[in-house]
Amino acid sequence: MLRKWLATPYILWAIIFTIIPLAMILIYGVTIDDGGIRFSLENIMKAFDPIYFKALLRSIYYALISTIICLIIAYPLALILTEKRNAKVTVIFIFVLPMWMNFLLRTYAWLTILETNNGFLNTVLRFLHLPTIQIIGTPNAIILGMVYNFLPFMILPIYNVLSKIDPYVLEAAFDLGASKLTRFVKVILPLSIPGVISGITMVFMPAITTFVIPKLLGSGKINLIGNLIEQQFVQSYNWYFGASLSLVLMVIILISMGILNRVDPSREGGAL
Amino acid sequence: MKNSLIRLENISKSFDDELILNHISLDVKKNDFVTLLGPSGCGKTTTLRIIGGFETPDDGQVYFNDKVITQKPPYKRNINTVFQKYALFPHYNVFDNIAFGLKIKKMHHSDIKKKVDWALNLVNLKNFENRNIHQMSGGQQQRIAIARAIVNEPEVLLLDEPLGALDLKLRKDMQYELKELQRELGITFIYVTHDQEEALTMSSTVVVMNDGVIQQAGSPEMIYNEPTNAFVADFIGESNIISGVMRKDCFVELFNHGFVCVDKGFGINEAVDVVIRPEDVILLKPEKDKLTGKVTDCIFKGVHYETYVEAGGKEWMIHNTKSHIIGSDVSIDIAPENIHIMKKR
Amino acid sequence: MIKSGLKKLYMGLVFIFLYAPIVTLIVFSFNDSKSRAKWEGFTLKWYANMFHDPVIVKSLYYTLIIALIAAIVATLIGTFAAIGIHYMKKWFRGIVMNITYLPVLNPDIVTGIGLMLLFILINLKLGFESLLLAHITFCIPYVIISVLPKLKQLTPNTFEAALDLGATPFQTIWKVIVPEISPGIVTGFLLSFTLSLDDFVISYFTTGNGVQTLSITIYTMTKRGIKPEINALSTILFAAILVLLILINRRPGKNNVLLD
Repeated sequence: MLRKWLATPYILWAIIFTIIPLAMILIYGVTIDDGGIRFSLENIMKAFDPIYFKALLRSIYYALISTIICLIIAYPLALILTEKRNAKVTVIFIFVLPMWMNFLLRTYAWLTILETNNGFLNTVLRFLHLPTIQIIGTPNAIILGMVYNFLPFMILPIYNVLSKIDPYVLEAAFDLGASKLTRFVKVILPLSIPGVISGITMVFMPAITTFVIPKLLGSGKINLIGNLIEQQFVQSYNWYFGASLSLVLMVIILISMGILNRVDPSREGGAL
Repeated sequence: MKNSLIRLENISKSFDDELILNHISLDVKKNDFVTLLGPSGCGKTTTLRIIGGFETPDDGQVYFNDKVITQKPPYKRNINTVFQKYALFPHYNVFDNIAFGLKIKKMHHSDIKKKVDWALNLVNLKNFENRNIHQMSGGQQQRIAIARAIVNEPEVLLLDEPLGALDLKLRKDMQYELKELQRELGITFIYVTHDQEEALTMSSTVVVMNDGVIQQAGSPEMIYNEPTNAFVADFIGESNIISGVMRKDCFVELFNHGFVCVDKGFGINEAVDVVIRPEDVILLKPEKDKLTGKVTDCIFKGVHYETYVEAGGKEWMIHNTKSHIIGSDVSIDIAPENIHIMKKR
Repeated sequence: MIKSGLKKLYMGLVFIFLYAPIVTLIVFSFNDSKSRAKWEGFTLKWYANMFHDPVIVKSLYYTLIIALIAAIVATLIGTFAAIGIHYMKKWFRGIVMNITYLPVLNPDIVTGIGLMLLFILINLKLGFESLLLAHITFCIPYVIISVLPKLKQLTPNTFEAALDLGATPFQTIWKVIVPEISPGIVTGFLLSFTLSLDDFVISYFTTGNGVQTLSITIYTMTKRGIKPEINALSTILFAAILVLLILINRRPGKNNVLLD
């Protein structure tokens, strides 16, 4: 019947524009071109050379730190937001709205605020005769950029699960003699795990792959894995190695998602 | 066969290698109220969907007025369906829902108006045409679904457990109304339900199905009084089903006690299933030669008492108008015509 | 009382953190100096000037036209795909949905370079067409994800009911299914439009030949310093989206998928 065929254009589209590109990355990743194209794991090995491997570890480290900071900021915020049931839409609106401003500009605006010499913050500090801060070009600036850009992705899913907890369940917890703390530890926290998990995924993933934030806020002095990949395609035109690096990155992401799935086998709650 | 409006011939259907319908054949006469009755998963809904054209059988043919319609899509069949959860279109109001089929047929606007009014009147929802679907109660939605189907003047109306979502009181009212409607319209109804009481109340023909096979088809009285096997007996009404042995014509042995019955033609010493309805069991003071047991429970049910008696190693259910003391001894007696003998399956 | 004050303070701090750059940007769009450092008086000249800067006008044009076409095409393909997927056999639906989630879960950089490799393989010159194809590709899954829940909410047998009443499958889709899932379709369209507007990474790898979206223009400018006209333009776009979002969330039978 007709309806069975409705998805056909999409399936063709997905094969051409989703499956084939991924297959190409895979093929490029495990081949080299030394006169003739042949299968080789040489480039995959090269990704573990100290220069590249350090960037990889650095990416994981920064992404991890940012994710943790986001979680620490977002969880209490989501809890507070949940209490404001009457103003729900408005409150959420306020915390998501920044995402609709071009993220490059928003990130760049931090330069204006934080620049060492004539940044807004340092100007104020100098005016008050306080010591100035130097953050642009340091790892802290990159982490700040990550936290800033991806914080809403942590707030939303956690808020979503928290606001869906049946109020009767919370009353039942009190009814059964739980204190506020016990209720939080034994009821709210476990129920919110799916949201936390998807929040972690949604912050960690873009953080580990970004190449724009280090470029802007790290003054291009600190390379993350994303920068290395970008350089292979845009500067050195070494697609084979670029694809190998991407494969390594994808494997790391798959592993981390696997670990997360283990924590929460149900994988139900949370927004995308 | 002549005179049959719909004929299913040797229909089989499987889903994912599971046989849902196993070579069923069925004749539906004009103006009949046929009920397909059976437990869930028996194949009754699939049978209905094959008649409606929503499924194609793997094997066998469907005839409509003696013409094969097996492959005909639903929109080319003069058959309409009332779906289980009504399947009303929520973005249309009552009028547009009912007019949907007529508009597809490109009927003239004034005719549509007339017909919708007629249909609404028929289901007692006059002046409701501008209402939103969400504003209607379950019972009203039910009526709209019926109106939406009958307004197309189908020769056959299929109803898939249409009363399933209604509460008991409303169900009873709607059963009566549907029966009236069928009489009034003079069209054939094929009705699917798992509720045996509903089937007996409404239908002129009951088709009992189980495991993809038609167990028995006949009038409600016949199905109730002369079940062909233990499944039908058990499914229709409440009954005591007992294993027995035919000692000779008109004589059956139950728990080593002989009972006179009216059935003939079984082999001597053939093992049979015996059905005895709870209201047909007579309880007497203990008598020496009779099957005797102990009352284990006696529950007041309003019109009657439901008494349970442990006799011959079986728990019997008995409906009568007298209360019995739990633990007292009683003897069991059954009139010959109330003993129904069936072949063992 | 102290507790509620603390909560407000906490919300306020996060709020300041999230809005500080935006406020900075908006403030500097009225600054009468090219410098990002000093405030030299109020002006509206950047708002007037931006329409005279050919690079900005051109990238605004590309951004909008690509977002519009990509959203329309993705909505069409995605809506039909969602209907098809909804009525598929379970195992096949599982496979198709896994493929659908690939671009959503894949890092943008991987999607970007994958598409770039493909376009070079098929000899499609990087530029407008490649950019458009890339945008459609990453938008379709979001349309499907927005529409599928609406299909799941349909009363069972809706499709059959329409066929039963004499509608052909095509009439059924057009007159019954599409109107009923229209909120999901609208959400999918708006989601696609905003995602396309906002995309940088995938565009970065799949464009060329001087075709630049605003994101790419901004990225290029970050190396030499952002022109104040861009701040002005972004302020306008931000205000426009703010108004749009408020309107969407006010519409009757709203669904706040854009916010969820």
